[in-house]
Amino acid sequence: MQGFLNIVSILSVVLFISVMHSLRRAHIRVEHSVSWLAAAVALFILSTAPGALSAAASWTGLEDGPLTLVFLAFVVFLIVLYRFSRVISDLKDANIALTQKVAILEFHLRTWHEEQASTQNR
Amino acid sequence: MIRYPARDDVLIIVPAYNEAGAVGGVVREIRAVVPGVPVLVIDDCSVDATAAVAREAGAHVLSVPYHLGLGGCVQAGYKLAFELGYQYVIRLDGDGQHDPRFIPDILKTLRESGCQMVIGSRYVKQDGKATSVVRGIGIRFFRLILRPILGARVYDPTSGYVGVNRQALEVFSRSFPLEYPEIEALVVLQRRAFRFQEVPCVMRPRQAGRSTITPVRSVYYIIHVLLGVLVNILKFERRLWRR
Repeated sequence: MQGFLNIVSILSVVLFISVMHSLRRAHIRVEHSVSWLAAAVALFILSTAPGALSAAASWTGLEDGPLTLVFLAFVVFLIVLYRFSRVISDLKDANIALTQKVAILEFHLRTWHEEQASTQNR
Repeated sequence: MIRYPARDDVLIIVPAYNEAGAVGGVVREIRAVVPGVPVLVIDDCSVDATAAVAREAGAHVLSVPYHLGLGGCVQAGYKLAFELGYQYVIRLDGDGQHDPRFIPDILKTLRESGCQMVIGSRYVKQDGKATSVVRGIGIRFFRLILRPILGARVYDPTSGYVGVNRQALEVFSRSFPLEYPEIEALVVLQRRAFRFQEVPCVMRPRQAGRSTITPVRSVYYIIHVLLGVLVNILKFERRLWRR
């Protein structure tokens, strides 16, 4: 069990450092990094503090520590993934609206150019 | 000129994606049937010469910068038409399946019935069929599903040969289903207590290119549309609008 908890601790530290690194290089926006940082911190606390893991195990009713950790990690990542699905959906809607707007503006511009050209030819 | 429509003006929109082989003929047919009515081809970022062919045939072309899919492409046309002040918009597909000879019937019904949407239907009369067995089964299935939702029988819910008036145009320019929009659009209108009517028309085999509907996509289509119908029924925003 201790080996598993160590692996989770290391993974949570790697996750935290990776997110911070991405933030520093502006590969991820601050508002989208919060979920991952919170997940990394939660995993680190649960895997390094036996008291916290025991409390979580009795709270979930699973009793087995590692199983509780896997379950909580699954729940946390599910929430993060759901949140990002919503973000992606919003971005797609915005992207479509923007694309349509660009197409319409280009249409107006083209029409205006054609009108100008026909006026000059008269 | 497309920019300054008269009060009662009509716009024909033709969504097209890689339809260089058919769209020119479609535009010429439309112009022969309803001379003087502007035709707007919405090119959904085709990789072939769809836009050039459509322009050469006498259509205006609205080119979207990346592939949006049918719903996004049609909505772009609706948005432009609404912005320009058109009262009626009739949509035909760019593959030549919709015979432009029925445009006057759709337009007449739109003007006289007061319905917000008129559908060109291959099933109102029995002589308008030009569809596969699988699609025929799908259409029957959706007829049964839609009957209680719409409170009226719809014979050809998957038809993309559709005319709308300015009220529907306003709704669709703000909210239009993005994938497989025909059936969901009916539910969107029903949520606003709008009415539709069907007029008989004949569908032809596509004049060029290949259909994107495969057996696997048909299953995806059914699931997607069922979910879309359910979502449109449940949408809170829709209920607010209706009050």
